[in-house]
Amino acid sequence: MAHQRLPVTIGHFRQYLALINNGSGCLHRTVSSYTQVHAKYCPIQYQSSRRFGLLSRSMQKEEPELTSVRYNVQRGNFARISSEDVAVFEKLLPGRVIADPEELVGYNTDWLRMCRGNSQLLLRPKTTEEISEIMKYCNAHNLAVMPQGGNTGLVGGSVPVFDEIIISTSLMNKIISVDEISGTLVCQAGCVLEALNTHLSDLGLMMPLDLGAKGSCQIGGNISTNAGGLRLMRYGSLHGSVLGLEVVQADGTVLDCLSTLRKDNTGYDLKQLFIGSEGTLGIVTSVSILCPRKPQSINLAILGVSNFENCLKALKEAKGMLGEILSAFEFMDSPCIDLVKANLQLTNPISDMPFYVLIETAGSNGTHDEEKLNLFLEKVLGEGIVEDGTVATDSTKIQSIWAIRERLAEALLHDGYVYKYDISLPLANFYDLVIDMRERVNDIATRTVAYGHLGDGNLHLNITSPTYDHELLEKIEPFIYEWTSRYNGSISAEHGLGFKKKDFIHFSK
Amino acid sequence: DLDGSHLVFMHSLPQLCKMANLRILVGVKRVIDYAVKIRVKPDSSGVVTDGVKHSMNPFCEIAMEEAVRLKEKKLAKEIIAVSCGPTQAQETIRTALAMGADRGVHVEVTGKEYENMTPLHVSKILAKLATDQEANLIILGKQSIDGDNNQTGQMTAALLDWPQATFASELTKENDHLKVVREIDGGLETIKVTLPAVITADLRLNEPRYATLPNIMKAKKKKIAKHKAADFGVDLASTVKVVSVEDPPVRQAGQKVESTEELVAKLKESGVI
Repeated sequence: MAHQRLPVTIGHFRQYLALINNGSGCLHRTVSSYTQVHAKYCPIQYQSSRRFGLLSRSMQKEEPELTSVRYNVQRGNFARISSEDVAVFEKLLPGRVIADPEELVGYNTDWLRMCRGNSQLLLRPKTTEEISEIMKYCNAHNLAVMPQGGNTGLVGGSVPVFDEIIISTSLMNKIISVDEISGTLVCQAGCVLEALNTHLSDLGLMMPLDLGAKGSCQIGGNISTNAGGLRLMRYGSLHGSVLGLEVVQADGTVLDCLSTLRKDNTGYDLKQLFIGSEGTLGIVTSVSILCPRKPQSINLAILGVSNFENCLKALKEAKGMLGEILSAFEFMDSPCIDLVKANLQLTNPISDMPFYVLIETAGSNGTHDEEKLNLFLEKVLGEGIVEDGTVATDSTKIQSIWAIRERLAEALLHDGYVYKYDISLPLANFYDLVIDMRERVNDIATRTVAYGHLGDGNLHLNITSPTYDHELLEKIEPFIYEWTSRYNGSISAEHGLGFKKKDFIHFSK
Repeated sequence: DLDGSHLVFMHSLPQLCKMANLRILVGVKRVIDYAVKIRVKPDSSGVVTDGVKHSMNPFCEIAMEEAVRLKEKKLAKEIIAVSCGPTQAQETIRTALAMGADRGVHVEVTGKEYENMTPLHVSKILAKLATDQEANLIILGKQSIDGDNNQTGQMTAALLDWPQATFASELTKENDHLKVVREIDGGLETIKVTLPAVITADLRLNEPRYATLPNIMKAKKKKIAKHKAADFGVDLASTVKVVSVEDPPVRQAGQKVESTEELVAKLKESGVI
């Protein structure tokens, strides 16, 4: 059966909107089916849900509770999988249909181990055509689906809620082409970010985004969630670096916007809708992305700062004096260092300070970069903006210092349960939220840590407790969202809405 | 009527003077960074070094760290960092200065002479330098990650007729000698060497520190003396000729089979059974 490759036109766009409004077909996460959730977390529900077992990340790695049970959501009116359906899929994808419950546990549970679905079936297509066939079938038979990439999302958006069929893009990992001159990479959606980087590095190129999950996350998922990461400040967001997409819509139609052109102002830029739509509008199957040149010289400085105001001063100086070679500016507060020391046995490369900033420079000329960096460091050290620090130029040291920042999410999990918030705020009020929050929850939380992409105004505020504590959650939400809303911030800067934040979108939009 | 404590006191005073008298010479080599993917030159004459990231040899870092620790324990009074190589070797010496060396010595060797330089040349330079500088302890990395020769320390000791303790994983000063635990194939060997001596550092000797920003700034003002190999009476004529450098054979991909029958068939096919 030939799939339709439709050119991009306004007509099809309208068709799309209609599909969403209907809430029909197998568009995953149509908002309607989940708004039947109880308005707020009903205390009575939670009393009973606690009986279902602890959610702590104990050594035994107990299974988290089923999302449907813990959050008491109602299943939409979708069909249930039958053995005929399984047979059809088996015929379409021989050997790539998985129904073994034990194998499915990993796919059903998210990385934070906070959401667990109950899917009975996993499909592993290799081509766009196969996905198109799957979607056509599911659409016709009213079967819910759940597209899944690397399953590294932090808002419960990458795992099923009920028994949706999981469509994994893991086997779609071919690199189609790389144009060395323009830096354009065309590949399938299931390519792992780190694998792409390794391949590109041989050609002197690199991916325009970088995040802690790079060893597992897939580019299709990165695009569907408009992932930000450590280098957004230098290379911009995916809205700018993605040149084209190939997407399979809910009814199996393949939308071919896979252009490799840097500039093309002919009509509506439809691919922008898919970037960040979290799989609600279609499954990304192929990607065309603009890759910058790999820098010849990278320097990383970690600096100890005595107060938050000085962090902002350091940021201003860095932007001014390092200018175009500045490639990352991250901050962490001192509880973060305590955290990695305690949970991951990492060492602090400098003395203990209230705040730390990580500044990375990347450029094409080592001598030029070092000179700029030295001038900058002399200035900030001389003026007392920064009180301690170290600079790494060799790769091993650079990796160890980055590990302190990149492994914070992992370290938090060791505490037990993590209440994770990803907020965009104006820099002037940035750390005030942390102070207020810490005061509010200090007596019942294990710790409150703050870190983030200071260069982008993006705060990652995390609170931990040994096990899920409803009282603690009540103290955090909606206080944190109301606080954010008051300063016109975003309640989800880069993590997306997924399952956990879909009900709070009104605080920011 | 001298009891034990007095005896100890009378012995320890001269010992104390000797203890803080260590002048340590540390060799630091500039090599291709550990994490870089090595590329062989198309003409098989060597590896590509142009535009490739370089840093201090990891074992030299460990050697440098050990010297700094001895100074912090007040057992050493001066640390001299030495490197033989082109102009960029000065960056490596600066790193050593930032870690805690007091001054540096750069023996400038460039071009073909640098390419042909061998551990024997380096050890001759180090031996003469140690004598000139009146060093009484030389700490080197056990080997460099580019040459992997593991010869410089041993040759330097032989040229100076000093005892050597190689592959050191633990170093303690006891009175007028050093107690060194060495990593050997069979396990750990503990030996005592009298001073002056040559030590080569192994991986587990210590974890090198990060140079602090104030120290990095201070290091800029420390002196690096420039020399040529001839200043030490060393002739850099090559004694070894590199015939060719090749990539190791590419590892063949494994094959996945669907069933035991297929496995047996494939094994039979390849003649293994």
